[in-house]
Amino acid sequence: MRYMMLLRLDPAKAPSDGPSEQLMTEMGVLLEEMTKAGVLLDTGGLRPVGSGAVIRQSGGKQTVLDGPFTEAKEVIGGYAMLQAKSLDEAVQWASRFLAVHGDEWEIETEIRQVEEPA
Amino acid sequence: MTAADDRTPPPHADRARRAVEAVWRIESPRLIAGLTRLVHDIGVAEELAQDALVAALEQWPRDGVPRNPGAWLMTTAKRRGIDLIRRNETFARKLQLLGHELETAQGAAAFDAPGDAAADDGGIGDDLLRLVFVACHPVLSREARVALTLRLLGGLTTDEVARAFLVAEPTVAQRIVRAKRTLAKEKVPFEVPRGAELAQRLASVLEVVYLIFNEGYSATAGDDWMRPGLCEDALRLARVLQGLMPAEPEVHGLAALLEVQASRSAARTRGGAPVMLLDQDRRRWDQLLIHRGFAALARADAAARARGAAPGPYALQAAIAACHAQAVRAEDTDWPRIAGLYRALAGTAPSPVVELNRAVAVGMAEGPAAGLVLADALAAGGALEGYHLLPSVRGDLLARLGRTAEARDEFVRAAGLTRNGAERTLLLRRAADLGAAS
Repeated sequence: MRYMMLLRLDPAKAPSDGPSEQLMTEMGVLLEEMTKAGVLLDTGGLRPVGSGAVIRQSGGKQTVLDGPFTEAKEVIGGYAMLQAKSLDEAVQWASRFLAVHGDEWEIETEIRQVEEPA
Repeated sequence: MTAADDRTPPPHADRARRAVEAVWRIESPRLIAGLTRLVHDIGVAEELAQDALVAALEQWPRDGVPRNPGAWLMTTAKRRGIDLIRRNETFARKLQLLGHELETAQGAAAFDAPGDAAADDGGIGDDLLRLVFVACHPVLSREARVALTLRLLGGLTTDEVARAFLVAEPTVAQRIVRAKRTLAKEKVPFEVPRGAELAQRLASVLEVVYLIFNEGYSATAGDDWMRPGLCEDALRLARVLQGLMPAEPEVHGLAALLEVQASRSAARTRGGAPVMLLDQDRRRWDQLLIHRGFAALARADAAARARGAAPGPYALQAAIAACHAQAVRAEDTDWPRIAGLYRALAGTAPSPVVELNRAVAVGMAEGPAAGLVLADALAAGGALEGYHLLPSVRGDLLARLGRTAEARDEFVRAAGLTRNGAERTLLLRRAADLGAAS
């Protein structure tokens, strides 16, 4: 089964100088381990919301909104696509993913199974 | 049933139990690999690992899952090993009987070695690779290799292996017990083969993974035509091998082949009936897997170039699969390129089935007459006697040449040879479409 792991965080509560050297190193080790275990299909960290855009469609009319989006408190900071035997296994990997972030990070992750046509 | 069994565990206990099982799935291959290096016996290593699992099932629901569950399991298993060696001289003697110099003191020292955790991390990949080569050792039957690989490297339980292959659990359990006994009896060393032996042993490893995939891709038994769980297990094993042997071109070739083949899973059946490649709804192909397949193929090519070697059979088959994946519509297929790849494949791994596929590709690239020359040569050779796809391919080529009566005979003959009901229906319809026999 395939799972999408979405990382959510409040940028206001994130360390101002971004991820530490240690976090980057440990994350690299973990991602390599996940790749070598055949679990990690794809992953990426997302740049700050201000550098992106939002397109809204309502009533057949589209509006393009450029950042920054100050109203958004929690944002998606990154994602990982996993191949796992079960939700429990995906949860285990996600838990390790969060753990390397250390105590200074307040983050959560949502894990959702990806629809695969049967 | 005891009173304890009647009690429903509290929700958090259930969650902890599921966490233990998930951790087991993740950690057991490395755990067993690391322990096998210490005790030189897969059976004993697995027992120690199981002991650690039991301890986890007792303790984690109570104390929570440790921060580094893999290290916890390893430490616990090693402690059990030391206990066992100290308490049980029979066990120590048994180890000696296996031809290894693991005496009581030395054995305990091996378990106790300071800085072990660091050493383990450095050696984990090596241990896992050794375990791969032992589980796929040619002294074992194919069935045993498959069962052992799924169990030790895929982290599947015996019951899961049994269900995947639709055999009774005791049969698989027996197979695994016998396999471990054979490995011990034959004194198969826990090491990665070198030199000339490596190529041959690697072929055995890749074959096992491919067998697992194929059993899932076109099930030889049971009602379902596919068992996607096995395909996923095989794909995951192939990716693990890529991490363990990044310099081996054919490891990437196999991974590429499996990624691209798996990308078609959803499109291969409609209402339970098989759908042939050229008739598949290509929008249902999995683009993520296709892209991963292309990436693996690029790595296979790069690794082969680095060695100055020509692409191997898996890489060639992957390249053929990639050709199909690149065609947005069936009619966009680059048949001349596919025909060329089949020629190369026939050169490195000649087989009548490859030759038949080449006939199809040539028939598409250069026209039915050219394809028929190859198919007729195969028919004359007799190597595919009784194989329904030969008359099926000849029927198709003859029909395109306007030789209707001969084509019809071939489709009827093919229908009589296939064991798949859906395929038989399809072949008889093709025969009927060519009109009544004159």
